[in-house]
Amino acid sequence: MIGETVSRRNFLKITSIAGGGMLIGFNFLSDNLSAASVADAVFSPNAYITINSSGLVTLMAPNPEIGQGVKTALPMILAEELNVKWDTVEVDMAPLDPKFGSQVAGGSGAIRGRFMPIRKAGATARVMLISAAAQQWGVAETDCYAEDGFVINKASGKKLGYGELAAKAATLPVPADVALKDPKDFKIIGTRVHNIDNKKIITGQPLYGMDTRRPGMLYAMVARPPAFGKAIKSFDDTETRKVAGVKNVVMAHGVVAVLATSTWAAKKGRDALVTVWEDKSPGESTADHDAQYTSLIITKSDRPGRVDGDVDAVFAKGGKVIEAVYELPNLAHSAMEPLNFFADVKENSAELYGPTQIPARMRQEVAKALNIPEANITLGMPRQGGGFGRKLQADNGVEAALISQAAKAPVQMMWTREDDMQGDYYRAGAMYKMKAAISADNQIEAWHLNGASLGGGSAMADSFPAASVPNFRVDTHSLHSNIQTGPWRAPTSNIVTFADESFMDELAHEMKKDPIAFRLELLDKAANTPVGKVGYDINKYRSVVELVAKMSNWGKGLPKNVYQGFAARFSFSTYAAHVAEVTNTNGVLRVTKIYSAINCGRVVNLSGAENQVQGAILDGLSHALFSKITFDKGAVNEKNFNTYKFMRQKDAPIEVLVQFVPTEDAPTGLGEPALPPIAPAVANAIFAATGKRYRKLPFELGKA
Amino acid sequence: MAKYTLSVNNKAMSVEADEDTPLLWVLRDHLNLVGTKYGCGIAQCGACTVHINGAAVRSCQYPVAAVGAGKVLTIEGLSPTGTHPVQLAWEEMDVPQCGYCQGGQIMAAVALLKTHPNPTDDDIDKLMTNICRCGTHYRIRKAIHLAAGKMTPKAAKV
Repeated sequence: MIGETVSRRNFLKITSIAGGGMLIGFNFLSDNLSAASVADAVFSPNAYITINSSGLVTLMAPNPEIGQGVKTALPMILAEELNVKWDTVEVDMAPLDPKFGSQVAGGSGAIRGRFMPIRKAGATARVMLISAAAQQWGVAETDCYAEDGFVINKASGKKLGYGELAAKAATLPVPADVALKDPKDFKIIGTRVHNIDNKKIITGQPLYGMDTRRPGMLYAMVARPPAFGKAIKSFDDTETRKVAGVKNVVMAHGVVAVLATSTWAAKKGRDALVTVWEDKSPGESTADHDAQYTSLIITKSDRPGRVDGDVDAVFAKGGKVIEAVYELPNLAHSAMEPLNFFADVKENSAELYGPTQIPARMRQEVAKALNIPEANITLGMPRQGGGFGRKLQADNGVEAALISQAAKAPVQMMWTREDDMQGDYYRAGAMYKMKAAISADNQIEAWHLNGASLGGGSAMADSFPAASVPNFRVDTHSLHSNIQTGPWRAPTSNIVTFADESFMDELAHEMKKDPIAFRLELLDKAANTPVGKVGYDINKYRSVVELVAKMSNWGKGLPKNVYQGFAARFSFSTYAAHVAEVTNTNGVLRVTKIYSAINCGRVVNLSGAENQVQGAILDGLSHALFSKITFDKGAVNEKNFNTYKFMRQKDAPIEVLVQFVPTEDAPTGLGEPALPPIAPAVANAIFAATGKRYRKLPFELGKA
Repeated sequence: MAKYTLSVNNKAMSVEADEDTPLLWVLRDHLNLVGTKYGCGIAQCGACTVHINGAAVRSCQYPVAAVGAGKVLTIEGLSPTGTHPVQLAWEEMDVPQCGYCQGGQIMAAVALLKTHPNPTDDDIDKLMTNICRCGTHYRIRKAIHLAAGKMTPKAAKV
């Protein structure tokens, strides 16, 4: 089942041109093709597009689909330039292959990076089909045009379907440069197209790595260390081997794996293992981290991220100085599909199939771990039940491969939710000390951010309000820890925005300025009298602030118990501004409505884009309200959804209204940018509602 | 190990499993009905929601031995062509992102609409308790209202 897509296309001899990932060149006359196949000639001017003689157009979706919608949006771009009707095309997930360029789900980069190359791929096929028709009719190419899967002769009105032209087009040289469509002629880009897999999703068809079922496959579950800092010392599998269905117990990748004929048997076998763990390094606790943050955020960094003017000199003058400390917890990724991977490792080859955001690196790391050449390893990509950055790590696939190699069997690795939550690469918690000086004429004279985090960066040096404040400094610190941390949806922005945008609101109130008017005033300063580098596009920033103010009828005509809060952020080349509305019903607070304005360049799929923004907002809100991971001597306290809490419908806003700033600019990132500003927008709304400033996440509003 | 004959999607199916095996794993591993998803194993997230005799249950905490003669309905059996009004509403609202939790969400919504054919937002708040990490809550709420409209003649709303 898994290899089918690949093998069906093996006869397509497609060569890649170095650089850019854009593939041109074809030779459908493979040695393996029979005469009959030639009659059913396939036109495939590049890896992304195949047209057979019956006119079936198959488009390849090159990037991992983790719920961000690229399996729909990228083929839409191909279909647009190819001039075919969307509802006539078939979309297939591409296998891992260099001819598809960079196959990564991360950094909100798929549409951003591929928009032009993919348009060219589609346009190339269209131009060649027009050439084929023109030659057949003996007319000039300019006398023909392509529409809805046909080439049409302008003079005679005659039509030839793409299928009828496929064989001829396949004999033509691939043009090096082709004209792209005028965006005003777009029929698919910018429209509402539904998730390509909707039908399969709503009928429960197998789509995910977790659904992999292969002959002879064993389910594997692993005994993992109960805390960071611990490693396996010894184990006794006597009881495990008595469990019906358990077939094998192996040691691989530093863990003990139980292999069985069902998930339940594997779990019972795993739970029956008697394990002895030893301390390799000290177990750390959240209280220790907090204590270290507290001392670090009052310490200057040797290498500050940005220094404009002299904040200390301003603070020393003794004018009005405002300080606030913000705290953010560690978070788990908790994709709804827990980690898993299928591996079938043979003597000198391997087949891998499973959820990963980095298929190419996954194959490299598996090859290294198995000592098998990459060329002998295939890797297929299922639809994924969420990513959020967890699957930027290769541990799930490497572990499955090593266990399959050790057990000499095809293996479906299963992580329980508890395994997943205790074996994460966490979003690092952070603490910030924010300090600002307000001048006698009621302007921000100095701004100092000092942040510390469990791992990775805790600030982006040039973020707004940098360039609008004469004295500006950013210091950051990172702890050394044996707890794994890693990218989590909108890395760094997802922590620092809470501090930046909450503090901005505090200053606005302190200065008795409207929070939105205050931002616009600072943007004017950055435009007219910039201090140092301006790290954002002032007009684009302003576009979302103004649009969301208009959408939300900011500050006007609110019911008596409804309060608004504002926050914005520029990340992944996209601008996002939110207004959150909090309703106070007899002292019970609920976020009831969100308005969101986004400037992400041209929108490819309006339905998918709105879904990403709505989703990022609700995802960010869910974590801001409820979620935290804490450690006790290296052990994770929150092991499942009973203690690591998520939003349910009763906590979700009734409305999440999204608008995109109309623009002709090239598309920018969208999977992440709407997440960072939601927590501060809500904190600011809660302040408006209650006069209480929530400076620590999660809010845990229910708690007195 | 014990032998069970289960009614799943209106078909009699035989399985041999330990009596404490959750129905979830019997469906997924023994019967190859993988539309019912594993998310937490402790009846928190609802990804494993199926119906037994028309009521929504979380199959990860429902031992196979307890099913007895109960009629089990999974997402695969909800309608032969994927055209149950709730499924159609999900498609029309373009609800899914990653999609992993949506089978369970749909089964929960179908059960909700049985007891509340014209649900208020308050009803949805109380009865839709499944987790979605992608944040499709807003579209789910709209899809449930849409499905209610599809299923209930206008007169019923009076």
